[in-house]
Amino acid sequence: MTATVKSLVNQPYKYGFVTDIESESLPPGLSEEVVRLISAKKDEPEFMLNFRLKAYRQWRKMQEPTWPHVSYPPIDYEKIVYYSAPKKKDKLESLDEVDPVLLETFEKLGIPLSEQKRLSNVAVDAVFDSVSVATTFKKQLAEEGVVFCSISEAVQDHPELVEKYLGSVVPTGDNYFAALNSAVFSDGSFVYIPKGVKCPMDLSTYFRINNGDSGQFERTLIIAEEASSVTYLEGCTAPMFDTNQLHAAVVELVALDNAEIKYSTVQNWYAGDESGKGGIYNFVTKRGLCQGVNSKISWTQVETGSAITWKYPSCVLVGDNSVGEFYSVALTNNCQQADTGTKMIHVGKNTRSTIISKGISAGRSQNSYRGLVKMSPKAKGARNYSQCDSMLIGDCAEANTFPYIQVQNNAAKVEHEASTSKIGEDQLFYFLQRGISAEDAVSMIISGFCKDVFSQLPMEFAVEADRLLALKLEGSVG
Amino acid sequence: MIRDNSDVLLSVSGLTAEVEETPILKGMNLEVKAGEIHAIMGPNGSGKSTFSKVLAGHSDYSVTGGRVEFQGQDLLELEAEERARSGVFLAFQYPLEIPGVSNLDFLRVAYNARRQQQGLEELDAFDFDELVREKLDVVKMDPSFLTRSVNEGFSGGEKKRNEILQMALLEPTLAILDETDSGLDIDALKIVANGVNQLANEDNAIILITHYQRLLDYIVPDYVHVMEKGRIIRTGDKDLAHELEARGYDWVLQDAAETVEV
Repeated sequence: MTATVKSLVNQPYKYGFVTDIESESLPPGLSEEVVRLISAKKDEPEFMLNFRLKAYRQWRKMQEPTWPHVSYPPIDYEKIVYYSAPKKKDKLESLDEVDPVLLETFEKLGIPLSEQKRLSNVAVDAVFDSVSVATTFKKQLAEEGVVFCSISEAVQDHPELVEKYLGSVVPTGDNYFAALNSAVFSDGSFVYIPKGVKCPMDLSTYFRINNGDSGQFERTLIIAEEASSVTYLEGCTAPMFDTNQLHAAVVELVALDNAEIKYSTVQNWYAGDESGKGGIYNFVTKRGLCQGVNSKISWTQVETGSAITWKYPSCVLVGDNSVGEFYSVALTNNCQQADTGTKMIHVGKNTRSTIISKGISAGRSQNSYRGLVKMSPKAKGARNYSQCDSMLIGDCAEANTFPYIQVQNNAAKVEHEASTSKIGEDQLFYFLQRGISAEDAVSMIISGFCKDVFSQLPMEFAVEADRLLALKLEGSVG
Repeated sequence: MIRDNSDVLLSVSGLTAEVEETPILKGMNLEVKAGEIHAIMGPNGSGKSTFSKVLAGHSDYSVTGGRVEFQGQDLLELEAEERARSGVFLAFQYPLEIPGVSNLDFLRVAYNARRQQQGLEELDAFDFDELVREKLDVVKMDPSFLTRSVNEGFSGGEKKRNEILQMALLEPTLAILDETDSGLDIDALKIVANGVNQLANEDNAIILITHYQRLLDYIVPDYVHVMEKGRIIRTGDKDLAHELEARGYDWVLQDAAETVEV
């Protein structure tokens, strides 16, 4: 690889600042007492405490998974702070009461929350160190019966919904990190779309990690009642620390008859420096349940950050004729490691799923697609189409594909296509010889490569994603 | 067309270059004036393609000596993209496929990079669309080519026509055509040659690199050079090409060897 390609991928991370804010934390380490304390601090009803304790006890018996194609030094779970929150007044009546330092932080990140400046067509829940600091457009949404608030508020205001659905898609003992999250999660977003309602605006959560010692455990729960629909966007950034921060979130989606949920993520956690020092460990469980007939859940993700990504947004297609989709771009550079993909579990008749995965590896990074397509005995007439493409930039990056296909009935159809390509010196020279800079060349090639995924993103996100990839790759070519 | 008072566009003197430490060019000398068409011929491995890539600034080739001036400036000091924007164009022997990037976008970005260099305003998508449709006529290309990915799934002939389309848009001062005739059937050859002839004028110059005299029936050169072992060993007019076609290269090589001995 010549100097041109290299210099293109390495652009400084611009969200690496730390906000100086007083926070309230528990001492590091995890015990039953800590779990009880977290629940007490949040003044939770008993079912929540029981949920947490059950998860904690399961977690104690579990082992951290070793099957992902990633490597990192052992995590000392006793050194992690499990609860950290910016100090605030008891109950916020309006955004004016939010600490101006926090408003400023989000403004700096391009997420203005104040009445005058906020995005006109997107409602935002801003989460700072796992605690929701503000949710915009709550009133307007309430008029339609849409509930959009922090999950802590939902536990207080809509306990029946939380009790019914929390853990219904990702059970407390599902996996090591989901169990940990279930025990200690501090906050996250909650969405409820009532029957027949098409959510009038896009909903969005912006996650910001600030504290260097605390783990981040958000919980998101989205419920779409019969014949309702919602588009949900998630963005993430974190400061630059020399140490690694653990981020173990859980997202659960439930779609009832004829409901549709579209969930998009642009993940830009801090990825560590060029030598692999620092960065977020992103160990996340995301799963959607297409419970109703004709329901549809669509995941779109653009993964660019994190030192390590371990994430498989999945769909369980129970309702007959339900549809699951997974569109993913995962970009790794320098020493980043990603093991990401999806699971499509076909249970109902004539269920359909589509998987489009685009992996881009630059630097010395490792990028693996891991996906499961399962056709259970009752899933007659079910169909899946998977396409997994990898692109290598330079000579030291690694790309892997691990597809798992389990077909338990002979009336199902599964298609899998895969390709690996490389941005070659000669391709770049062709652009250069037409007067196009190497930076523009790589960004054109990458946007072309990711076109099928970007076209699934809402407009603002698509532009953002395109720009982000170009930034992340700056310096990697040549 | 040769005119005594034309400006010198390209002046190459004593140029030596190597690839992976193997010397390929061993003292190239060439002067190209505005309005002229030069053909460079020679056996395989004589360094013709290397010469074109060195002029265009490919990073695999390192220049070890000599000078190249383009319109009075030191060409070797410029990066590949700067050379292109200053008006040096290379039509590739094997045009690259760029999956996912539409031909139209590629052409527009390239065109605007050249405009910017000339201090002109960039053309927006609509104006560019109009312009490119006019230029399609030069190589008789169907507009459907614009929406396809750059060269992806193009036949050999279509790729070469696409190169000439790019040349028509970028209006280079110096165009180097590296074996543009290879792999073309006679109809495609005529279309490509006709395109090149439309683009040649008294302000620009063209260097044709070719194995065969066939192309020179359609694009008539002012000079024919024969390359061997990294340098030009003989220069003549279009008749030299005919002679080479009839007699092969051996007699030229022999002549050159005898000259050296003397």
